[in-house]
Amino acid sequence: MSDKTPVLEMRSVDKSFGPIDVLHEISLRVHPGEVLCLLGDNGAGKSTLIKTLSGVHKPTRGEILMDGEPVVFESPRDAQGRGIATVHQFGGTYPLMSIGRNFFVGAEPTKGWGPFKVFDRKTANETAVKAVREFGITRIEDGDRLVGGLSGGERQSLAIARAVHFGARVLILDEPTAALGVKQAAHVLRIVNEAKKRGLAVIFITHQVMHAMTVGDHFAVLIRGAVAADFRKGEKTREEITDLMAGGETMADLEAQIEGYMETHEGHVPQAN
Amino acid sequence: MSRQSDSRSFPVSLGSIARRPEAGSLVGLVIVYTFFAILGGAVFIGAPGWSSWLNIAAEVGIVALPVGLLMIAGELDISVGSVIPASSMTAAIVSGHYELPAVVGIVAALGVGLLVGFVNGYLVVRTRIPSLIVTIGTMFAVMGLTLGFAVLISGSTSVFLVPDPVTKTVLGAFIGGMFNVSMFWWAGFAVAIFYLLHVSPIGNWIFAVGGDRESAHNAGIPVKWLTVSLYMLSGFAAAFVGVLQLMTYQSAQVAAGQSFIFNSIMCVVIGGVLLTGGAGSVIGIVIGTMTFAIVNQGIFFSGLDPNVGSLIIGALLLGAVLSNDTFRKLALNYATKKS
Ligand SMILES: Nc1ncnc2c1ncn2[C@@H]1O[C@H](COP(=O)(O)OP(=O)(O)OP(=O)(O)O)[C@@H](O)[C@H]1O
Ligand SMILES: [Mg+2]
Repeated sequence: MSDKTPVLEMRSVDKSFGPIDVLHEISLRVHPGEVLCLLGDNGAGKSTLIKTLSGVHKPTRGEILMDGEPVVFESPRDAQGRGIATVHQFGGTYPLMSIGRNFFVGAEPTKGWGPFKVFDRKTANETAVKAVREFGITRIEDGDRLVGGLSGGERQSLAIARAVHFGARVLILDEPTAALGVKQAAHVLRIVNEAKKRGLAVIFITHQVMHAMTVGDHFAVLIRGAVAADFRKGEKTREEITDLMAGGETMADLEAQIEGYMETHEGHVPQAN
Repeated sequence: MSRQSDSRSFPVSLGSIARRPEAGSLVGLVIVYTFFAILGGAVFIGAPGWSSWLNIAAEVGIVALPVGLLMIAGELDISVGSVIPASSMTAAIVSGHYELPAVVGIVAALGVGLLVGFVNGYLVVRTRIPSLIVTIGTMFAVMGLTLGFAVLISGSTSVFLVPDPVTKTVLGAFIGGMFNVSMFWWAGFAVAIFYLLHVSPIGNWIFAVGGDRESAHNAGIPVKWLTVSLYMLSGFAAAFVGVLQLMTYQSAQVAAGQSFIFNSIMCVVIGGVLLTGGAGSVIGIVIGTMTFAIVNQGIFFSGLDPNVGSLIIGALLLGAVLSNDTFRKLALNYATKKS
């Protein structure tokens, strides 16, 4: 598979915000029909990385290639136009807008001609409701309902359904399963597998080893903005992956620390503060 | 699924009315009109009453519509208060002082409005300074420039213009001696902006930008372009009102227009637009404007103390915000299906 041209490739990409260097020398490739799992601790730079791939940020140095050709994404719209659909970690839905309108923000279906294009509410509602119902959210029947009345997971499902609908070549999901129930999370994993079968390239960010191991073909671990490990499925054990995701510390050490704490504090776990 | 089609066949169910953002405002309008109809009597219910509040409503309404769009997109525009006199003064100087054709003065005046709007929009998207501050700044700048140029060119703070008959008829006549033509222009603006917000796909962008600016940008909406355009629309509308005023009263005053700042915001908020952006409707803004104008003129017809009028407007504003919140909650929790 790796002999094919990657759909998206980053070559020595750096990203800084003023004096803050967030990404260093990132080189990654993602091929059609392949799932790249991006792993790493909080603040490692995962969201920043996918934002440079979806046109939100421009790399400070280095280049991005699409189908082997260097590209510069001028805006999120530009990246979308090239078939890259992203579900960002936060936001993505608008509570005071209807389900149908939410689904099509920025890509509204229209009818009519010339300057008299009309937002096609019926098509928007039908498509959106169908897409979320396929996600197992069968409680939703009315595309005119406001999204603010949905649960967090239902809203997340809406955002993912939207990306799947528009993602022609690359699907980027930033912690898509974080807010989801067991059934919906399983469905997202199924969707990822389906997208992969259809030949899409998928970039999937998660903190859950199980989810990563279920769908990932290729794993990249970020530690403090640099690629600390880049390996394929089967090359590392679950324990090794877990350790890498914890930012290089071994889970066994972390567990030992917690146990040590509990012994000295009469069975209480450490308080997060 | 059959239930879904059931609810479709009753488009005016209680739920779908409560879900409309203007529901609260409509209740307010009915209460206010009834109140002043009782106090003001036959004169207020008749043509003199209607013309007096419609004339007020038309002028503030033309400004309130684009100010409402901006508020839905999460922005404010205070500068309209000085764009109105700047536009009147520009047209009066060009066509009155220099005696150029009226159309030249009108184009120049509208150009001033578009320019101020562009500067507002540019500063807001470039600096991300809150638009309240930016537009207060441009309001004072434009006010100073208007005064400066008026005195410099005409040597006075008010400039006269006698419009030609066609211009007067189109932009400044009173039909039946009572109804100013501005109300037709208001209706025109309302239809155009209704189309923009509720029918064209751009409306979706405006709601999305006001709902969550960053997500809207990530979703590919040209947020900066949209913001600048909305400011230019509001500058244009304010300048248009300046032209209407000049053609109606045949003189331009440097200090006219300050009342439009709060009045336009009040109409928009009474009309159910969410101050923080993301929700609102054109029908609501029109209803809010009518409510405001009815109170404003009803006081006069009912012989109440003007101070009571201010009190009523203040109470109305609070009441509107509270009831709009309630109706918004209803809308959020509303589902077509109960089971
Ligand atoms: N616009 C920005 N300006 C300055 N610093 C930023 C900006 N965006 C991100 N950062 C910094 O970059 C670092 C990486 O952030 P990022 O959101 O990419 O982490 P992440 O790996 O997605 O973490 P998490 O798992 O918590 O989502 C953080 O230290 C953050 O403060
Ligand atoms: Mg993140």
